[in-house]
Amino acid sequence: MLDKSRIGHAFPSFTAEVEKGRLKFFAKAIGETNPIYTDEVAAIRAGYRSLPAPPTFTSVLDQESPDFLPVLDLLGIDIAKILHGTQGFEYFAPICAGDTIRVEVCITDIFDKKGGALEFVVMESKYTNQDGQLTTKATSTLVVRNS
Amino acid sequence: MSKIQVGSEIPALELPPISRFTLALYAGASGDHNPIHIDSDFAKKAGMPDVFAHGMLSMAYLGRMLTDWQPQASLRGFSNRFAAITQLHDAIACSGRVTALLEQGGETLAQCEIQAVKANGEQTLVGEALVAL
Repeated sequence: MLDKSRIGHAFPSFTAEVEKGRLKFFAKAIGETNPIYTDEVAAIRAGYRSLPAPPTFTSVLDQESPDFLPVLDLLGIDIAKILHGTQGFEYFAPICAGDTIRVEVCITDIFDKKGGALEFVVMESKYTNQDGQLTTKATSTLVVRNS
Repeated sequence: MSKIQVGSEIPALELPPISRFTLALYAGASGDHNPIHIDSDFAKKAGMPDVFAHGMLSMAYLGRMLTDWQPQASLRGFSNRFAAITQLHDAIACSGRVTALLEQGGETLAQCEIQAVKANGEQTLVGEALVAL
């Protein structure tokens, strides 16, 4: 069983740069063709400072953590057994190319179902830009298949 | 564009079938390098029939549907649960509709139910979005 004493654990925060090239690559990978996501002139014309990050891009910033999925090491979870259970975002300000975002992630709950056959880790993340402005909050649930 | 009201449909977005190429590109672009999405040997060893789609790829498709409909700057909230695995070669369609209009923080928000569905009708993502009007 996962160590429930880790509820409340905050991972070391880190910063991630939002790069134009990365945003274009991400747009291509998700089939996004609206020019505001790949053409800076179109983005500025639409009122953005530069290319805006699409709505789910903050999850990409999570991967800029020094360790890949640090929750796995912390809780001793095998990567082959994880599934994504839920994901949610609240938006307060746009993230654009050129921003430097501080990412803070903490574990807010650990619970199990079906007598431990499935375990769940709930994490909350905050994304703050270089001006100290909170841009996005995210909540995600990781599912561990033990059977 | 007609006035947005309770019951208004969000224009649907239909996606091509998930290919290994799509998954490789998404793994690279997203930084999610979990081999279960790109390495068939690893996926089979983990008890899966083959590699399968990142949940966040489908969520990004739902996001495209939302920002095709309303400017991204109007998006206040976006959440879903991953109800079923999207397998290789599945073609999903994203859809949604306005279920309520709310007054919140001095704005009118359209509360929307959103979903991604496989060709056989199975829901893969079920969620909600809040969009300022």
